[in-house]
Amino acid sequence: MNDFVEIVIRSVCVLAAFLVLPLLVGQTEHKVMGHMQGRLGPMEAGGFHGWAQLIADGVKFAQKEDIVPLAADKRVFRIAPALGIVAYLLALAVIPFGPHFYGANVPGSLVWLLAIGGIGTLGTLMAGWSSGNKYSLLGGMRTAAQLVSYELPLILVCASFAIAAGSLSLVGIAHAWNPWWLIWQLPGALVFLVAATAELQRPPFDMPVADSELVMGPFTEYTGLRFALFLLAEYAGIVVMSFLLAALWLGAWAGPLPDSLGWLWMLIKGGIFAFVIIWIRVAWPRLREDQLQRVAWLGLVPIALLQLAITAVGVVVTSR
Amino acid sequence: MSSGVTGYLVLLGVGVAGAVLFGAAMISRRLLAPRAPGLAKLTTYESGVDPVQGGWAQTHFRYITYAFLYVIFAVDAVYLFPWALVLRDHSLGVASLVEMAIFVVVVLVGLLHAARRGLLTWGTRSDDH
Repeated sequence: MNDFVEIVIRSVCVLAAFLVLPLLVGQTEHKVMGHMQGRLGPMEAGGFHGWAQLIADGVKFAQKEDIVPLAADKRVFRIAPALGIVAYLLALAVIPFGPHFYGANVPGSLVWLLAIGGIGTLGTLMAGWSSGNKYSLLGGMRTAAQLVSYELPLILVCASFAIAAGSLSLVGIAHAWNPWWLIWQLPGALVFLVAATAELQRPPFDMPVADSELVMGPFTEYTGLRFALFLLAEYAGIVVMSFLLAALWLGAWAGPLPDSLGWLWMLIKGGIFAFVIIWIRVAWPRLREDQLQRVAWLGLVPIALLQLAITAVGVVVTSR
Repeated sequence: MSSGVTGYLVLLGVGVAGAVLFGAAMISRRLLAPRAPGLAKLTTYESGVDPVQGGWAQTHFRYITYAFLYVIFAVDAVYLFPWALVLRDHSLGVASLVEMAIFVVVVLVGLLHAARRGLLTWGTRSDDH
C-alpha cells in the first residue's frame, strides 16, 4: 500500500514538473527573444513586462476550432500529438535533481531516456505522414532524415559520458562526476548541445518546419489544442535536453552548498542550457537541408567518435 | 526506493499520467472549442490554391542513404553501452579497448567511403545517383 502511494505521488510530481518547467522555458523564450530582437509584441499582454502573454496564448489555442482535414488518415492524425508529450514526460521522470530527488530511478535510466526520446519523434513523423498534405509530407521526410542523423552523435556522446562514469544510470553518472569532466568531456558536451538543438528541430536546424518553404512542416494541418500540444512537446524537449546535459556534464546536483540544496544547482545549470538553446535560435540563420546533413555526418559524428576514444583511453589509463 | 521494481512502476504511473493529461486536454478541447465544419475548411491546405492530386507523394531517394548509414552506426552504438560497464575491469579493460577501436575504425572507414563517393554532398555532381 505504501509503495502504491509513493508511485502515485511520484507520478503526480513528475506531471506537475512537466506542466511547470516547459511553460517557464516558453515564457523565458518570449521575453529573451523579445529583448534580443527588440520586439514589443511580447511585452504588452497583462501590463507589467507582458507577464500574461503565455496565458493569452493558452486561451487562444483552447478557443480555436479543431480541424481534421478530409484527406487525413484521421486516427493517426488525432493521436500523433500524444506521442511527443508522453515520451518527454517519461524522459523527464528519470532526470535526477538530487541524490534522492528524482521521479524514478532505474539502473539504465540513460538508455531509457534515449530510447523513449526516440519514440517522441515518431509523433512528428506520424503527423507529417497522416496529414495528407504535401508540405507535411516533405516536412516529415526532412524530420526523419534530420533525426536519424543527429540521434547518432547524441547517442555517441551520451555513451562517452556513460563510459567515463562506468554507469548507465543518470544518478550513478552524477555520483561519478568530478570537475575534470568539464575539460575531459568538453567536446562531447558541445556536440551534445548542437545535436540536441537539431533533435528539437529548433533554428538553425529547423528545416522540417521551415516557415518560408513548408508553412509549418508536419504541423501545417494542425489547429488549436493539438497544435499547442506539439509546441508543449517542443518546450518539454528543451527542458529534457538541457537538464540531461546538466546531469551528464555538470554533475547534476554538485555544488558548493549542502546536498539538500542540490536541486537548486540542477535548476540553475539546466536553466543556463535552456537559455543557450533559446539564444542559439535568435543568433543563427537556418541551414540548408544538405548542409544540415553534412554538419551531422562530417562534423559531429567524427568529433563524437574522437571524444569516445579520449574517454575510453582516459578511463583505461586512470583505472590501471 | 524500497525495491528495484518501484522505479519501473513509477515509470508506468508516469505513462498513465501522460495518457490522462492527453485525454483531459482533448476533453477540454471538445468542451471549449467551437465547431463549424465546412468543406472549404476541411480541404487540404496548399497556400490557398485548390489541392492538386493527393498528399501522399513520392519523395527523394537521397534520404534513404542517411537511414542506411544510421542503421550501421546505431548497431555500433548499441555495443558501446554495455562496454561502458566492463571497461574498468582489469582483465577486460585494455583488450576491450583495442577491440572496440578496431570495430569503430572499420565503421568509420565506411563513413569516409560514403563521403568520398559523394553520398553526403547534394546537387554538385551531374551523375548524382
